[in-house]
Amino acid sequence: MTPPTDSARIDVRKTYKLYIGGAFPRSESGRSYTVNDAKGRFLANASYASRKDARDAVVAARKAFGGWSGKTAYNRGQVLYRVAEVLEGRRAQFVDEVQRGEGVGKRQAEAAVDLSVDRLVWYAGWADKITQVVGGANPVAGPYFNLSVPEPSGVIAALAPQDSSLLGLVSVVAPIVVTGNTAVVTSSYLRPLPAVTLSEVLATSDVPGGVVNILTGRLADTAPTLASHMDVNGIDLTGTAGDPEHATALEQAAAENLKRVLRAPASEPDWTLEPGLERMTRFLETKTVWHPVGI
Amino acid sequence: MAPNEKAGTVFEYAPAPESRAVVDIKSSYGLFINGEFTDPADGRSFKTVNPATEEVLAEVSEASTEDVDLAVKAARRAYTRVWSRMSGRERSKYLYRIARIIQERSRELAVLESIDNGKPIKESRDVDIPLVAAYFFYYAGWADKLEYAGFGPTPQPLGVAGQVIPWNFPMMMLAWKIAPALAAGNTVVLKPAETTPLTALLFAEICQQADLPAGVVNIVTGAGETGRAVVAHEDVDKVAFTGSTEVGRAIAKAVAGTDKKVTLELGGKAANIVFDDAPVDQAVEGIVNGIFFNQGHVCCAGSRLLVQESVAEEVLERLKRRMGTLRVGDPLDKNTDIGAINSAEQLARIRELSDIGEAEGAGRWSPPCDLPAHGFWFPPTVFTGVSQAHRIAREEIFGPVLSVLTFRTPAEAVEKANNTPFGLSAGVWTDKGSRILWMADQLRAGVVWANTFNRFDPTSPFGGYKESGYGREGGRHGLEAYIR
Repeated sequence: MTPPTDSARIDVRKTYKLYIGGAFPRSESGRSYTVNDAKGRFLANASYASRKDARDAVVAARKAFGGWSGKTAYNRGQVLYRVAEVLEGRRAQFVDEVQRGEGVGKRQAEAAVDLSVDRLVWYAGWADKITQVVGGANPVAGPYFNLSVPEPSGVIAALAPQDSSLLGLVSVVAPIVVTGNTAVVTSSYLRPLPAVTLSEVLATSDVPGGVVNILTGRLADTAPTLASHMDVNGIDLTGTAGDPEHATALEQAAAENLKRVLRAPASEPDWTLEPGLERMTRFLETKTVWHPVGI
Repeated sequence: MAPNEKAGTVFEYAPAPESRAVVDIKSSYGLFINGEFTDPADGRSFKTVNPATEEVLAEVSEASTEDVDLAVKAARRAYTRVWSRMSGRERSKYLYRIARIIQERSRELAVLESIDNGKPIKESRDVDIPLVAAYFFYYAGWADKLEYAGFGPTPQPLGVAGQVIPWNFPMMMLAWKIAPALAAGNTVVLKPAETTPLTALLFAEICQQADLPAGVVNIVTGAGETGRAVVAHEDVDKVAFTGSTEVGRAIAKAVAGTDKKVTLELGGKAANIVFDDAPVDQAVEGIVNGIFFNQGHVCCAGSRLLVQESVAEEVLERLKRRMGTLRVGDPLDKNTDIGAINSAEQLARIRELSDIGEAEGAGRWSPPCDLPAHGFWFPPTVFTGVSQAHRIAREEIFGPVLSVLTFRTPAEAVEKANNTPFGLSAGVWTDKGSRILWMADQLRAGVVWANTFNRFDPTSPFGGYKESGYGREGGRHGLEAYIR
């Protein structure tokens, strides 16, 4: 074996791990799986999250909920904008991962990364606007002050799309957390690397630990745990698009504690379209406060 | 015991019964399908009784799966051929008409509601029916303004709505369901509760008087089986349910994997929190209203009183004195504060949970009160020394039973108030404005009443967090459930 010469440096590869409570643990199960590029060549070993990892992630998300939902909307907006900034700074890395994982051309990968940054900026701006758009004063027929405001539902499980490994992922996670929810996210199974890299972005963007937790691995292992978890308040089933049987089973499990459910579309949506409000409002509650008026 | 010996009773009241002559209860009722009363396919029926006397009021048809199918077909036909094609302005005028007829026939509706449900006439007359008219009036005005409601420039109705409502506010729940559905351009199949079908059947007559096109509103009477058929029907686009969390769960499971849109208004175990600086007399009135309004058959009832330790004794003493003046009895008597429990089944549940409360060590107290010999009755009851682990502090009793817990700090009050899988409503009593707003912020509940309780208004969204269900009824928010 010939030792490497100075000009052919051996690069330092990254260990792809889970992201739970602001830390990067391996799966407690000790398992990992092989991630290949679109042509079947080895890219990395990713952590294979277990049911226990999913439960740990829910605990972390619940712990982070009070602090995150209690921040001012202005602050949450700035944090999300910061995520966009840091993601932009890693543009080349994301382009590379998206290109290889999704097997698309460079230009397409660049477009996906650029739009991911722009989507984060779009949602960041919603942080301090959604309240006025969906809340408001109610003119009740009596001497009462009456006001309705949206509040986050709590801990939301998000099954990120299987195909769009970065743009789809960002489009699912941002609307959940911008309003003050915390999230447990399962990434694309075959294309998990942008999700892991996104967790590194989140960890360096003033997003408090536990606000977003990212699991890589098979949906079949973690999704049922998340759907039936009694301390999860809502679930986004987007990642099961094209598998109505699995989606139905998860929706039934979610009924046990009346989770708010965002159903999966028949096939993965076109993530380049303007999202609208539904991804935010599905995981918002309306709170109405009454007080008598008098002297 | 003579009445004047009762705790706190000062005056003797002469009976002041509202006349029953205003209502005309038929001996039997058909199903209201496609604008007409029709006999059920298999001819089955059930009896509805007056819970205050156990007198049988009428035989009511029990809709089978086949009948429900006919009703859904009628609703679909009316949707495609008439209602979805009609301009919002015309739809709006039908709803205004209905609102007016409800106002015109309000006394009749109130008396019938009290007879079939057991609630005091002063509530059906002054709260339920006026609100029913107000809901129709409110949503009538939305029918031709939907594009301004904030759900996109071209809001569309969903189609046929299947609606299942409870027995505690029969007409009011009907209004909460039908008014927004029709305003948005949907047609409906509604199943009233099996113990309180009569006002919904009178409403069917009102639809006829209003010349509402046939099939826009269909009323199918029956019990759980009928409700399941409505929810499960594959041509129903939208399911709206108010009732128990248990049934809500079953509905959420039943619609999984379908395209049906769902809203669920389920149970509650609201905390009513009294701080030491609260005006005590007002707070006591609020506690009484919170738990004894409508016999406590209220999903948002303030069934857990959280009172600050330093004033607990005083609040409790005044509460007991006030409870001694509550008049339990004939729902049609204008002086009655607490009417009959709606059914034998519900009475059994209230008794069971109250007995469990006693067995688990909580202190039980009711004022001395004579309950009528016939009918279903339960005295206003308060439990002291209740801990968060007690079943009476965790489960919805749905009756005039209050559990009292204490707290020392605002943080402890919040912790206890939120320690429940429900999240429908909460009450806060304090003189300090900043504390009200802080508490309102911390409480995980869909409605927070500060220095008041159990207020409802058509413009004000109502609905729960967590296992109290999802979706809102009332206000602009209430339209969302019926629009895509």
